Amino acid sequence: MSVERSAFLPREVVERIDALRSRYPTEEALLLPALHLAQNHCGGWLPEEAIEAVAELLHLPAAKVAGVVSFYDMFHEHPVGRHRIRLCTNLSCQLRGAEELLQQLHDQLGVDEGEVTSDGRCSFVQFECLGSCDTAPMAMIDDDYHENLTPARLRRIVEELD
Amino acid sequence: MAFERVLTRNVDRPEALTVRGYREGGGYDALARALRLQPEEVIEEVKKSGLRGRGGAGFPCGLKWSFVPRSTDKPKYIVCNADESEPGTFKDRLLMERDPHQLIEGCIIAGWAVGANTTYIYIRGEYTRAAAVLEEAIRDAYDHGVLGDSVLGSSFRHDVYVHRGAGAYICGEETGLLESLEGKRGQPRVKPPFPAVVGAFGCPTVINNVETLCCVTHILLRGADWFKGIGTDERNTGPKLYAVSGHVERPGTYEHPIGIPFQELLDGCGGMYKGRELKAYIPGGASAAMLTAAERDMPLDFDSLAKAGSMLGSAAVIVMDETTCVVRAALRLARFFAHESCGQCTPCREGTNWMRLILRRIESGRGSEADLDLLAHVVPNVGGISLCALGDAAQGPVKSLIAKFGEEIRDNLRERRYPLPRVPFFDLGAVA
Ligand SMILES: Cc1cc2nc3c(=O)[nH]c(=O)nc-3n(C[C@H](O)[C@H](O)[C@H](O)COP(=O)(O)O)c2cc1C
Ligand code: SF4
Ligand code: FES
Repeated sequence: MSVERSAFLPREVVERIDALRSRYPTEEALLLPALHLAQNHCGGWLPEEAIEAVAELLHLPAAKVAGVVSFYDMFHEHPVGRHRIRLCTNLSCQLRGAEELLQQLHDQLGVDEGEVTSDGRCSFVQFECLGSCDTAPMAMIDDDYHENLTPARLRRIVEELD
Repeated sequence: MAFERVLTRNVDRPEALTVRGYREGGGYDALARALRLQPEEVIEEVKKSGLRGRGGAGFPCGLKWSFVPRSTDKPKYIVCNADESEPGTFKDRLLMERDPHQLIEGCIIAGWAVGANTTYIYIRGEYTRAAAVLEEAIRDAYDHGVLGDSVLGSSFRHDVYVHRGAGAYICGEETGLLESLEGKRGQPRVKPPFPAVVGAFGCPTVINNVETLCCVTHILLRGADWFKGIGTDERNTGPKLYAVSGHVERPGTYEHPIGIPFQELLDGCGGMYKGRELKAYIPGGASAAMLTAAERDMPLDFDSLAKAGSMLGSAAVIVMDETTCVVRAALRLARFFAHESCGQCTPCREGTNWMRLILRRIESGRGSEADLDLLAHVVPNVGGISLCALGDAAQGPVKSLIAKFGEEIRDNLRERRYPLPRVPFFDLGAVA
């Protein structure tokens, strides 16, 4: 095991990936689970070293892993805020006020979509339907759904993020 | 006789989250019954029920199962499609979060029927909570001998694993899903071969939607005749979940006999938001053609909607009231498809973006009637000749926009009314 890799992905992450091996007939199938675990460890995004570490661990070309990373909306190749806000603006949410929430997020955070606030606290993006249209408008913040939002409620929730 | 809800019977019964509580409500009896039957008999029962897939395409479930080769040296797989990313759809999330064992039971029955010892539940990555609930339920199922080497004490082995996606609509398309499960970009495959013969890891695979597998459980318990007795006709059978959102008083997941007329469904949701007038509705998720207020008595089943030029799809019903700019609504969906096209096929990759650009020009007030003509010319070329149905899906809303609201749009264009005034949902002044 190379020094860089173990330094980059700590033992417990590697062990958690290895524990999944028996579930799949191929090593490649571990790629998405491994990337999720690696990204969690790296603070919500995947620096090049993480991509290389995962590639090495699963015996895949790093370019292949990078290609997979770029395909999926939940994997990030660039730094993100400590808290990641995904605001759904798809139709059901749009019909119930998502555009006003978008305006409110812009005003409150003072950054554009995809940018990180200067204190590193937040970043936000518009997202496609998150499967919570009955409680529209809604946003996913880190791993949690926040439903039936109003601009005032969203403002308070964002204010209270550490 | 009043319709009895079965798929959602446990959603307000938190006890059902454990094997013990689920069993108290008759859970896993269907599996026990299935294991006493020959696999062929299970397939026959599902065939007889008329169950059609609840994931979008409406393919007969029993028939799909019967395509899996019986004698093969290869392992076989069940893949549960829990990617649920069709805009407007949230029914599978409810089923997984509130009644995970109903789904696990369906997976094992499917496994027994086709001779598969492994199920992968491919769940969209954003559903962290549903994934956690499922993981916990699966652990409990192993502890109680429901999963593992000896399912309910039989000689049948079955394992269920949750596999998380990472945010890509196209991974809901069954072969895109398989690519993703195998650790690749989720780009759909050339068919044939079909997954029943060459699926996950090159092996025979059945891919079914969450709700489809949940239906299987009840068919085994109550019999095909019971299932067939519900619905419009022989081709549209069983209970169905409708995910209703948009401008209605009480959005939510509603269980009805398949084929309930739209107006009845709407009444059950407390009617239109603030008592406003209906302008249009989408009966089957973002991929389905819009219908108008004049079509409010439409039975919401596979064949009635297909005949009307739309589709049941995922039965995600998005309701739009009189304040809605339908061009703006179609634009949002066009943007979605342009974003989600995987890019392999030129008509889909380019066409979805063209539709987005033209709609944006019209909506923003920079367009003319010639743009509407151009759009009408582009739409028929977006689907049909590509690897998967995403291109076709992207046509749905735009095609119907032109067909049903073309005159209104022309009129608005001639009178230079775009962008239409927006009715804010929230009074921003009050909260600033
Ligand atoms: C672009 C696209 C997206 C799809 N998304 C989903 C989805 O999120 N969930 C689903 O169950 N089926 C989805 N489908 C349908 C699947 O390809 C497949 O038909 C279905 O999972 C089969 O299961 P069923 O027969 O039980 O419905 C999608 C199809 C296409 C073309
Ligand atoms: S039709 Fe579109 S989404 Fe489907 S494979 Fe082709 S480019 Fe990809
Ligand atoms: S449209 Fe926002 S959650 Fe579905």
